[in-house]
Amino acid sequence: MRKVAIAEACMTRFGKHEKTSLELFTEIGLTTINRAGLYPRDIQALFLGNCLGGFGEGQAHMAPFVHSAMGLPMSSPAMRFECACATATVAIRNAALLVGAGVYDIVLAGGVEKTTNLSTSLATRTFAMASHAQYETPVGITFPGVFAMAAHMYADKYNIPLIELKKHMAEVAVKNHYYGSKNLKAHFQKEITVNDVLSGIMVADPLQLLDCCPFSDGASAVLITTEEKAKKITKKPIYIAGMGQASAGGLYVQQDITKAMARKTASKQAYLEAGIKPSDIDVCELHDCFTIAEIIAIEALGFFKAGKGYDAATKRHTYIGGKVAINTSGGLKAKGHPIGATGAAQVTEIVEQLRDEAGKRQVEGAKIGFVDTMGGDFGTVCNIILTA
Amino acid sequence: MGKKKEIDDRFKKFGTKSFTLTSKVNDFIDYLEKEKVMGTKCKDCNINFFPPRADCASCLKSDLEWFDATNDTGELVTFSKMKYGPIGFEKDLPYTIALVDFGDYKIFGRIGKNIADKDIQIGMKMKVKVNKLDNDRINYIFEKI
Repeated sequence: MRKVAIAEACMTRFGKHEKTSLELFTEIGLTTINRAGLYPRDIQALFLGNCLGGFGEGQAHMAPFVHSAMGLPMSSPAMRFECACATATVAIRNAALLVGAGVYDIVLAGGVEKTTNLSTSLATRTFAMASHAQYETPVGITFPGVFAMAAHMYADKYNIPLIELKKHMAEVAVKNHYYGSKNLKAHFQKEITVNDVLSGIMVADPLQLLDCCPFSDGASAVLITTEEKAKKITKKPIYIAGMGQASAGGLYVQQDITKAMARKTASKQAYLEAGIKPSDIDVCELHDCFTIAEIIAIEALGFFKAGKGYDAATKRHTYIGGKVAINTSGGLKAKGHPIGATGAAQVTEIVEQLRDEAGKRQVEGAKIGFVDTMGGDFGTVCNIILTA
Repeated sequence: MGKKKEIDDRFKKFGTKSFTLTSKVNDFIDYLEKEKVMGTKCKDCNINFFPPRADCASCLKSDLEWFDATNDTGELVTFSKMKYGPIGFEKDLPYTIALVDFGDYKIFGRIGKNIADKDIQIGMKMKVKVNKLDNDRINYIFEKI
């Protein structure tokens, strides 16, 4: 396998956009190509992540239309990837695999999503389509519900009073909104307090409104290429040191939803390939779709022992300057979660951090970064380790 | 004009809202109507599957038989009371979703509304039972033993 690098990575502001998904991705794709000093003719393939285009905009088969709008060569194929919330990370991983294998030299990968045009209940329905349609959907499953179940289970398993756990969960939201306030591209750029979280409306017991990430619009694109080409494109290439991806089925076949075995499996692959361990990671963007999701993830990724990560934000272990900086972009929680774009935006944050370009939220001297994206009810997990 | 072929769309009546019309395990619905919540068991491997499957991933054969889960006792793994639901579930709110472990298999469903919130405890013994819904629809719920 050839060494694979990221030459450029960009994201739109996340939030509400009055543009089509096609326009959103075209805009960020062209920005990425332009910033790299390249032209559309240089792109050999487009791997476009998108989940809800069919429901939200009546647009399936989005990739070839984006391809055309971007002026890519006919000989450069464009295709859509869909792995629920892990969509863009999976697109990037596949691009990296094919560049590594020598099939392509330059691939543009990323994703786009538009959800704010849907009502909350319709968006909830469309997101829930990433659950098992035959057996989970008819029950009335939602993702807040899935993670609420994980929170109850976590509290019981580690014998932590739920009221205590909720305070620590709220601290995760406080941290991620704090970093969101320093990110001009974040959906929410406002700091919040523990009391704000604990006084919000109940969504799915015990998750309240501010325990949950928002529905957002946005796009993000990443230029994947060889080490040789990346060095010509940029003074600061970022390298893909290791990757992993794992799959699991419905909730009823999973061993333990507080541990997310697919995440343990995927991250093990990534650590092994990179030849590093969790304590080597300087900065990590992980899947905090809900506050409890961050707690579960920091444990499964090996930063904290099982049952010991719940108070990491409270003790500031996951702030910059702590044990490992987690979600310095604001995470899904504050930066926003346009599902098909999320993984590429996580990669963009790590690229900025490793290039020392993250401004007010810079992790000083960051050299190794980790990306963790989870799709559905723990059905897909994709991890990427990046190095400067 | 030939006779229009009948579609076996029994699965469309499962739960509050079903996107599934037809399935290899359509008889699951017939059993629900007979007050039985049934999974499938591979005759060769003796593995229980719930929800029911038509193909065994262990021996790769499709020789499965039905077993009755209503006879089994499980333990509540976890739960959540939903205050917001997807579109189409508004009339059901609030409802409590849950995962119950029966040893060989787990079932995801709802806890019966007759159980008070304060009585719901992780680890409590539960059984699964057929539940009739409005408009000739049908599902299953978990009940305390």
